[in-house]
Amino acid sequence: MSKIRGLICRECGKEYPAEPLHVCEFCFGPLEVNYNYDWIKGQISREKIEKGPKSLWRYIDLLPVMGEATVGLYAGFTPLIRAHNLGEELGLDELYIKNDTVNHPTLSFKDRVVSIALTRAKELGFDTVACASTGNLANSVAAHAAEARLKCFVFIPGDLEAGKILGSLIYQPTVVAVNGNYDDVNRLCSEIAAEYKWAFVNINIRPYYAEGSKTLAYETAEQLGWTTPDQVVVPAASGSLLTKIWKGFNEMHKVGLIDKVSTKVNGAQAEGCSPIATAYKNKTDYVKPVKPNTIAKSIAIGNPADGYYALKVVLESGGAFDTVTDPEVVEGMKLLARTEGIFAETAGGVTVGVLKKLVESGKIKKKDKTVAYITGNGLKTQEAVINAVGSPVFIDPKLSAFEKILKK
Amino acid sequence: MASVKVHLTFPEDKIKEPIIYNVGHEFKVITNVRKADVREKKGWVDLEITGEPSEIEKAVESLKKKGVKVDPIEKNVIE
Repeated sequence: MSKIRGLICRECGKEYPAEPLHVCEFCFGPLEVNYNYDWIKGQISREKIEKGPKSLWRYIDLLPVMGEATVGLYAGFTPLIRAHNLGEELGLDELYIKNDTVNHPTLSFKDRVVSIALTRAKELGFDTVACASTGNLANSVAAHAAEARLKCFVFIPGDLEAGKILGSLIYQPTVVAVNGNYDDVNRLCSEIAAEYKWAFVNINIRPYYAEGSKTLAYETAEQLGWTTPDQVVVPAASGSLLTKIWKGFNEMHKVGLIDKVSTKVNGAQAEGCSPIATAYKNKTDYVKPVKPNTIAKSIAIGNPADGYYALKVVLESGGAFDTVTDPEVVEGMKLLARTEGIFAETAGGVTVGVLKKLVESGKIKKKDKTVAYITGNGLKTQEAVINAVGSPVFIDPKLSAFEKILKK
Repeated sequence: MASVKVHLTFPEDKIKEPIIYNVGHEFKVITNVRKADVREKKGWVDLEITGEPSEIEKAVESLKKKGVKVDPIEKNVIE
């Protein structure tokens, strides 16, 4: 008996072996990992987890790898910060920030999914890993591939700014810049993934990769003393993170780690790329693709793979979707920095901005224990705030000059 | 023979047109719908297109020219 039964289609339920597969051959639905929860329940306990490593691997019994962790041993177990100042400012009694701006090694939540993906890729015998990414995912895949001594290809649109790829190039993967518009590059990457026997982390390894996001839920519940929050606010790009946080809470209940799940899951999108939030507002289950136009580029996914499922989770849990404009994104980033000393990337500004709106609209109430997921570091998107943070106060090298500005 | 899996999104004004049927007649490809949701104001189809790679490419270009958004079955893979 093992913890993984194989893969299963999310749509028609057809079962597959635990191989690098991601699409159901019958209905073309997405595949996900099918666990032996009864068996896991017999293995797992709060005590065993608490004695585990201070990383996401303390939850290995609920993760889709067959053996031990081999890549990304220090990812996860980031701080859950009691945000007194921000809570006070927004009017919340008990607000927490799950701070993945300090994830190891590349300062975003992608270190979670990639450490799982590459550990699984090694188990499956791959010697080459790849991804298509404009930022955080590429950084993380390149860094982990270097650590694991795997060959690495990163595909990017040809018009991406040089600064964006530095955080990948430093690890010396092969970075392939593809000419053409976004859709052309996107389709080429899918074709390459089908053609070459590589571990394309978010394509053929996606069923395993995506499971890494569940660890954000596990850690939150453990850090809250084995309870779940009343409300969570999660940025939505492909929608996978949001669905996996919900799945994570529910799995913990299923295997007996927590007593109940009464969390409302709220989704945050930037107005310039809000296909899922638009479907929510229009009360439809159809997530219509959009062309992204927002500074929150790390979550600007116009045709989200898991949009439909993310919408379902929000409705099922009784949460809501909301959006913020680009100026509100910047305000959100500044608010988080000013109140809690956390410099988040633009996606964090989206989360904080939407959190504020949900409190103002009464969807999140004063007494609700609330967790906001901050998924990436602000040092990665400095251009978004460069004109919004003011400038130093210049003085001559005289004490009198300093005292003069102190009086202002 | 090759085969590709694509996710098609139809604009509202094209929903009544037999676009997939036409592509199957204009090019040497076999079209096979696996999943779809087509209503009055929206439509998407998960489609398998089988044929010689050059014919598949022409069929995809023709779909795009007709105003259909053609994505891989995984939708957006650039993250």
